[in-house]
Amino acid sequence: MLEVSGLHAFYGHIEALRGVDVTVNEGEIVTLIGANGAGKSTLLMSICGNPRAAAGRILFEGGEITQLPTHQIVRLGIAQSPEGRRIFPFMSVLENLQMGAAVTDPGHFDDDLRRVFELYPVLEKRRHQRGGTLSGGEQQMLAIGRALMSRPRLLLLDEPSLGLAPLLVKQIFAVIREINEQQNVTVFLVEQNAFHALQLAHRGYVMANGKIVMSGSGETLLADKEIRAAYLEGGH
Amino acid sequence: MTERSATTSPVLPPLDAVGIVREAGLTAFVVFALTFSLVGFKVEDVPGGLDIVTRFDQVLAATVLAFTGRVVLILLHKRRHLPVILVGLAIAAVILGLVVAARGAPESATAAWLPFESVVVNVLVAVAALVLAGRAAWSAWRRDVGVSDEAVELAARVHKAAIFLGPLMLGFAVVLPFLPFADRRLLDIAILVVTYVMLGWGLNIVVGLAGLLDLGYVAFYAVGAYSYALLAINFDLGFWVCLPFAGIMAAFAGILLGFPVLRLRGDYLAIVTLGFGEMIRVILLNWYEFTKGPDGISGIPRPTLFGLPFTRTDPDGGETFHSFFGLTYSPLDRIIFLYYLILILALVTNFFTMRIRRLPIGRAWEALREDEVACRSIGINPRNTKLTAFSIGAMFGGFGGSFFATRQGFISPESFTFIESAIILAIVVLGGMGSQIGVVFAAILLIGLPEFFRELQQYRMLAFGAAMVAIMVWRPRGLLAFRDPTIRLSDHDTAPEKQT
Ligand SMILES: Nc1ncnc2c1ncn2[C@@H]1O[C@H](COP(=O)(O)OP(=O)(O)O)[C@@H](O)[C@H]1O
Ligand SMILES: [Mg+2]
Repeated sequence: MLEVSGLHAFYGHIEALRGVDVTVNEGEIVTLIGANGAGKSTLLMSICGNPRAAAGRILFEGGEITQLPTHQIVRLGIAQSPEGRRIFPFMSVLENLQMGAAVTDPGHFDDDLRRVFELYPVLEKRRHQRGGTLSGGEQQMLAIGRALMSRPRLLLLDEPSLGLAPLLVKQIFAVIREINEQQNVTVFLVEQNAFHALQLAHRGYVMANGKIVMSGSGETLLADKEIRAAYLEGGH
Repeated sequence: MTERSATTSPVLPPLDAVGIVREAGLTAFVVFALTFSLVGFKVEDVPGGLDIVTRFDQVLAATVLAFTGRVVLILLHKRRHLPVILVGLAIAAVILGLVVAARGAPESATAAWLPFESVVVNVLVAVAALVLAGRAAWSAWRRDVGVSDEAVELAARVHKAAIFLGPLMLGFAVVLPFLPFADRRLLDIAILVVTYVMLGWGLNIVVGLAGLLDLGYVAFYAVGAYSYALLAINFDLGFWVCLPFAGIMAAFAGILLGFPVLRLRGDYLAIVTLGFGEMIRVILLNWYEFTKGPDGISGIPRPTLFGLPFTRTDPDGGETFHSFFGLTYSPLDRIIFLYYLILILALVTNFFTMRIRRLPIGRAWEALREDEVACRSIGINPRNTKLTAFSIGAMFGGFGGSFFATRQGFISPESFTFIESAIILAIVVLGGMGSQIGVVFAAILLIGLPEFFRELQQYRMLAFGAAMVAIMVWRPRGLLAFRDPTIRLSDHDTAPEKQT
C-alpha cells in the first residue's frame, strides 16, 4: 500500500533521513520505533511531503506521491495525527472533527461522526468543549478522531501514547487495533513506547540516526536481545 | 485555584513598602522621561516668531498620576482593596467638588487648586479615580483580582446577549437619523463610526478569522477609493456601477499582496504588509499622470438614489431626490442617505462574515489561524486559504474606500497613511479578535468618543494611547474575546447533560 524507498530528507544542511526503505501492506499495523531524534517524525512528515524528499520515492497504492503537495496527498486517503496532537485549541471538539472532514463528501459527515463517537464516547460528552481544555488523553483521542473523519485508508500516527498514563495508553492502543480490524484502516504507528507498539503491530521497523537498522514481525523484535536492551529494559 | 484558596485565609502577607515604591518610582520615571520633552516644552506662535513655552506642571501631574496608578495596581494585586477604594473616592470627590465650585469662575482661587486647566481633563481624572475605586470594590466583593474568569464570563455574557443586543443596536442605528437629537454633527460622527465598523469587520476576516496580521489594510481602502474616483471621472460611471469594480480591484490588490507573503507569519508578515501599504501610498503620490499625485482628485461624483441626485436642483434639469418625492429640499437628506449607504455596506460585510464562518472556507481560515501544520495534515491548502482571506478582506476595504471617495468628493494620498491602518487594526484587536460585536464597541470607543471630545485637543491621542494600554493590561485578548462555536448538534443538545 505504502512503499518508501531510498528516502533522504534534510532540514537545512542536517540530513534527517539517510536512505529509508519502509513498506506497509494493506490491512497491517506497522510500527516504527527508535530513540529520540532518530528521524521517526521526519519520516512520517515527509510521507506527507513536508519536508519534501530530497532523493528516493514514495508510492501510495502504486501511484507516485513523492512530489505532490501535502494537501493533495491527504486527499488520496492518507490521514495523519501529527506529533504533539496539534488539535485546534480554540475550536470545539465538534468543530475539530468537522475540520477533519474538510476533504470528504459532506454527506458522510453524520455517519463518520457517529463512528468516531462510538470509538471515543468521551468525545461525544465533550463535544462542545474547546479542544484546548481537554485532558491530554482526550486530546489524543480527538487527534485520532479528527484524522479518521477524512475516511483514510492509511492512518499515520506519531507517538499517540506520549505523556499518557499507562491505563490510557492501553486504551488508546486497544482502539487503534479496533480501527485497524473493524474499519479496515491500515496503520503506520510511530512510537517510543516500544513494548506496547510491538505487541500491537504485525510488523515493526527500528530506526537510528535516520536509517532503518532492523525490521521484522512484532514478536521477533520483542524477543530480540538488542532491542530489549536498547528500548525495553530500563526506560519502560 | 491557588488564588482562590489563598483568599480564604484572612491573613495577608505583609506589604513590601520599599519594593512598591521602587516599582512605582520606576514607572513614574519612565513617564517622566517620556513626557519631559514631549509635553514639557511647547513651541508657540508669538508675534514675530516662535517661542518655547514650558509646561512642567503637566509633566509633574503626569508623573504623579503614573506613580499613584502603579501603586494602586500593586495594591489591588496584593488584595488591599480598602485603601484604594477610599483614596479613589476621596480624589474623585475633591476634584469634582472643586470643579463644581469653580464653575463659571476660571480665574478664582478655587480653580487654582485644580490639577489641570482644562475642565474636561479634571473630570476625566476624577472619573479615572472613580473607575479604579469601583474596580477595587468589585474585586473585593468577588474576592478575586485580575483578569481571569470574570472577564471571560463577561465576554461570554455579552456574546449571549448579542442575540438581543445585535438587533437592538441595529434598530437604533436604523432609526438614528430620525431621532430628535440627530443633528448634522452627530450624523457625521455616526457615518465615521459606521465606516470604521465596516473596515473593522473587513479586516476582522484577515486578522481575526485567518490570523494574518495585516498592518497595511489602508492600501485596499486607497485602491477602492481611487478605483471609484478614476472610473467615475474618466468614464462617467455612477457609484453603483463602480462599486463592484472597486471591490474587484481591491481584491486583486489583496491577491497581489498575498502571493509574496504566503510563507510569512506573525511579525514578518506585519512588517511586509506595512511596507505594502506605504508602497501603494507612494505610488499614488508619484504616479502624477494617473492619480494627480499630491494634488489629489476632486469633483468625485456624489452618490445618487437610482439616478436621483441629492442637490437643490439637477444641473441637467432632471428630477432630484426631493422634487421626485415631493419633499422640501434639505441638505441633511444627503447626509442621511450617506449614513444609510454605509450602514448597508457594513451590514453586508457583517452578514457575509457570519455566513462564511459556517462554510468550509471560513472554517479553514480559523483553523489556519490556530495551526498551519495541522491544517496541511487534514488536507487544507494553506495558499488558497490565505489568498482568499486576503482578497475578500481587501474587497470590503475597497467598498469602504469607494464610500469614502463619494462622501468626501475629494481624495488624496494624505488620507491613506499608516495611522489609518493602525486605527482599524486597533479596533479589531481591542474588540477581541474575531468578535463582530466587539468591533462595534471598539469603533464607538476609538472613533466616536474622540470625535465627541475634540475639545481635548492634544490630550485626545494621549487618552487614546492610555485606553489602548489599559485594555491591553486588563484584557490582553481584546474587550470581548470570545469565540462562538459554528456548529452545534441540536438533537444531541436536548438530551440532558450527564457530565461535563
Ligand atoms: N524543524 C526542524 N528543523 C531542523 N531540524 C529538525 C527539525 N525537526 C527535526 N529536526 C532534527 O531532525 C532529526 C530527527 O528528528 P525527528 O524526526 O523529530 O526525530 P524523532 O521523531 O525520531 O524523535 C533530529 O536530529 C532533529 O533535531
Ligand atoms: Mg518525534
